[in-house]
Parts: sequence; C-alpha cells; structure tokens
Amino acid sequence: MADCAVSPKVKAALLRLSRDPGGTASPYTGRKITMHKIYSNKLHILIFLLPALILFCGVLIAPIGASLYYSFFDWKGIGAKTFIGLANYKELFTSNSIGFMKALRNSLLLALLSVFLQLPLALGLALTLGKNIKGERMFLSVYFMPVLISTVVIGQLWLKIYNPDYGILNVFLRKIGLESWTRIWLGDKNTALGAVFVPTLWQYVGYHMLLLYAGVKSVPMELREAAMLDGATDAQVNRYIVLPYIKPILRISVIFAVTGSLKSFDLIYVLTNGGPRHATEVPSTLMINMLFLRNRYGMGSTIAVMLIILCFGFALLISAMFREEE
Amino acid sequence: MNNMSKGARIAIYIGLIFWMLVNLFPVYWMFTFSLKDNAEIFGENVVGLPRHWLWSNYTSALKTGHIGVYFLNSTIVAVTTILITLAVALMATFALTRLIWKRRKTLNKFFMLGLTIPIHASIVPVYVTLSRLHLLNTYWALIIPYSAFSLSMAILVCTGFMNEIPRELDESACIDGCSIWGIFFRIIVPLMKPAVATVGIYTFLQCWNELMFANIFISKSSLKTLPVGIQALSGQYTTEWGPIGAALCLATFPTLILYIFLSRKIQESFIAGAVKG
Repeated sequence: MADCAVSPKVKAALLRLSRDPGGTASPYTGRKITMHKIYSNKLHILIFLLPALILFCGVLIAPIGASLYYSFFDWKGIGAKTFIGLANYKELFTSNSIGFMKALRNSLLLALLSVFLQLPLALGLALTLGKNIKGERMFLSVYFMPVLISTVVIGQLWLKIYNPDYGILNVFLRKIGLESWTRIWLGDKNTALGAVFVPTLWQYVGYHMLLLYAGVKSVPMELREAAMLDGATDAQVNRYIVLPYIKPILRISVIFAVTGSLKSFDLIYVLTNGGPRHATEVPSTLMINMLFLRNRYGMGSTIAVMLIILCFGFALLISAMFREEE
Repeated sequence: MNNMSKGARIAIYIGLIFWMLVNLFPVYWMFTFSLKDNAEIFGENVVGLPRHWLWSNYTSALKTGHIGVYFLNSTIVAVTTILITLAVALMATFALTRLIWKRRKTLNKFFMLGLTIPIHASIVPVYVTLSRLHLLNTYWALIIPYSAFSLSMAILVCTGFMNEIPRELDESACIDGCSIWGIFFRIIVPLMKPAVATVGIYTFLQCWNELMFANIFISKSSLKTLPVGIQALSGQYTTEWGPIGAALCLATFPTLILYIFLSRKIQESFIAGAVKG
C-alpha cells in the first residue's frame, strides 16, 4: 500500500512542518511550476467541488429560500398557492388555536432547564472525571452511552417506565407506600411536560459532559500544578484555571443546549406528540402537525422559518454574551 | 485527587456510581423485559433477571414485527449515505485545501454554515421536490438529505486531517508523473483513513437514529428504517411488551457493540463534530 511505503517520508515531512508551521502560507515552493499548473487548472477545481456544491446547495441552501417563499402563501401542498403576505406570521403569533406562543414557551423552558440543570451536572461530572480519578474511562463511557441510543428506543423505553398500570415508576411508588403519588404521567396535563423533559435532559447530559471533559483534559498540567503549588484548593483551581480555559467549549455547550431545545422533536413526538391537549407542544411537533395532518404547507414553512431565525438568533446572542464577559 | 479527605473521596464515588446506575438501569431493564412474558413484566418479577429466558420474543419481533426488514433498510441507507458523504467530502476537501484558487476560504466558511442549519429548515421544500421527482418511498429519499446534512461535518473533519498531510508528498508524486487523479486516489485518500473512520462512525449514528425525515419521506412498510419501524411495531403490540423489548434491543445492540470496541474513536468523532459548531 502507498501509505506504508511513504510512512518514513511522512514523518520527516511532518517534522519539517512542525518546525515551520507558517509553511502553509507559501505552499508549493521548489517545483512550483508543474504542481501549480495541475493544481490551478479550473476544470479540475470544478470537478472536485461540483458534487459537494450540488448536494449542499440543493438540500440545505436553496430550501431555506424556498421555505421563506412558501411562508408567504396559503398552500395545501397541491394546487394553486395564494399569496397572503405576512398573514401566516401574524396568525402564528396571535392565534390561540395554533398555540405557537405556548409551544415556544415550552421549548424555552426546556432550554432554561437544559442550561441551568443539565449543563451544571455535565460540568460537575467533567470536572470530577478530569482529575485522573480511578475508573475515569469506564465512567466516561457509561455516561456517554445514552447519546448513542436512538431517541425512539429511549422514548419507547420511557413510555414503559411511565405506563400508569405496569410502568416501573408507579410500581415503585406503590411498593414504597406512596400510592397517592402515582399518576398517569404522560396523560395528565400537569405532569406531562415534566415527564417529557426528564428523559430529554437525561439523554444528553453525557454529550455535554464529553465535550467539557475534552476541554478539561486539554488544560496544561503545568497550569494546574503551578496553582496547586501556590496553595490553591481544588475548587479554586476549577474556578480560576479550568473554567476560564474551557470557556470556548462552554459557549458551544450552551449554544447546543439552547438550539437543541428549540429544535427538540424526537422524544416528544414518541412520548406524547404534543398532547395531552397541547400541554407538551413544541415548535417542531406543531410544524409536523401543520404540514402532514392539516396540510397547511404555508404555515408549516412559517414555523420552519421562525425556527431557523430563533436558532441563529440565540447562537449569535449567546456568543455575544460570552464575548461581553471577556 | 490525592489531597482530598477520605470522606470527600467516598462521597464523590457514591455520586459517580449513582449516576452510572441511572444511565445503565434503563438499558438493563430493556434487556431483561425483552426476555420475559407479560406475567413477569407486570408484577411477578418487574426488575429481576428473567426466570425463563423467552427468546421467542425475538423471533416474533423478527417474524411478525418485520424488524429484520427495518434493520436491513437502516443498514442500506446508512452504508450508502456514508459512502456518498465520504466521496463527496474528500473531493471537496481536496479542492478546498490543496487546489489553488481565490475564495477557497470563503467557500469553506460557506460549507461550515451547514453545521448550524437545522433539518427543519429544509423539510417542506425537500418533501415537495422529492415528491415531484417521484423519489418519496425510495431509499434515495433518505440517502440524499442525510448525505447533504452530513457533509459539513465531514468536510470539517477531513480538512483538519488533510492539512496535516505534507505537501512534499504531492510534489514527489507529481514528479513521478502522477496526474491529479493519481495524487488524489493514491496519495491523499489512503492517508485519510483516520478521517474516514471518524466521519463514517458519526454519519452512521446520525443515520441509524434519525426519525423526522424517515417518518415523513417513507410510508411504505417494506422501506421503513428502524426508528420508524419500531414506532409502527409499538402500535401493533400495545399489550405485549416482550416483543417490543426485543425489537428495542435489536435496534440498539449494533450501536452498543460498536461502542464497546470503538468507544474512544466514537467519542472523538462526537468531539470533532462539535468543536467548530
């Protein structure tokens, strides 16, 4: 194989690169002419880029424009579209029967819980595991496992956990004599939202923990040791050395927690599909219902556009807040 | 860790072990009830190991629940998506890191936009287009969008790895008379194995677990992927939990087995997918 034959060469070249990291600025020194000719051939560039451009623009970029366009129409998916300007947006924000504001409130509540409950837990685990604790790898691998399991599987599993008659939660409550605490967890509009949030928050603790752990591990040992020599306690090292160091990752985690909550769909779809009586509705479930139950493609697109705006808006806002602090 | 009191250390371990049980218990419970009958699940033996290991739950999930078909569909979709994503991303990365032209940095940033675009953004237009092209209810209805949404992360990872391949290799290959295809296929691609593994694993997990597109673009039972198939199955077996548990296990075990052998690589691929997010 080619890579076996060149392996010593690669090492030598890497060594040279490490001495001259700026070497990328003037890449093709030496036999510039031939290389340059092949590598700047316009046809070659086009051939290599074309598949990616078609796929990316066709499925990601163009549809954003198309969604925006559809959102100005009243359209059933087939037949004629009627241009209605901003009427969809107006209806979305004012109509009680659609309940978009309520769906938005639910997903923002999830975002809040995610940032102030899920992230601190993940951070605590990451800081603890980052201290070369015994069994570190095992704990890390187990905590990350729920992220890999399909949300449908997790949803089905929690449906069974919450089952009013035979579910493990109610069975447990009855066993310890708290019969009066048992509920139809997902069917009662007072408990449904909480019951849906628990697995959602639980599943992704491991994801945030992994990102933060990678950050904690990248803190240079000398920094830690220097602080320890100065007599800093564990808590002080975390507060003044580790946290400032992993701030970029914290920012990413917060952005993911918030945009992930705004977009959340799978678990809620499996557990309640927005019910009972819209108690657990979030923008995504609302959008799917608009599209495929009520055939309101214009309104569905309007919700999609709002989701894009909200996700980008919050991502920018959070980034700005993190910059402000510096 | 060493400068801590014994009490504090014990408290930390109790906390860590408790959280480990919280993560393991649902999976343990799923596995045990996949091997029980209703009498055991509903009262006699709720959390213990099954008294009679009822493998027939698995046969009924496979036979009457068609889990085998869904499993095959998920595999076909995931593998094809991985192949397309890798081919397209490697080519694009080659143009973005090696070839010489203006604005390649701008185009790279353009591709990175894909990391933040939610799949909701495209659902209506993609649905409409697929339906016009008569591609709904084919594997392509999933493979094309999945590949497109995996592309940004794939380019991100490949760029990192490709920048580390020294340019001297291209030069010597060029002197030996390699064409651009020779350089790409014989020098660059073989050296990209670690990137290929990272992208492959990440893309596989995304495809294997995706629900929203799979639910909407496929309605034909024989083409459903596992997440949608399991939803259908649970509607079919509302009173019998054993076969559902078996189906859940069958859908989960490939991922978990992969994870046992490749835990480090899988974790790395998730970190790589987030770093620039």
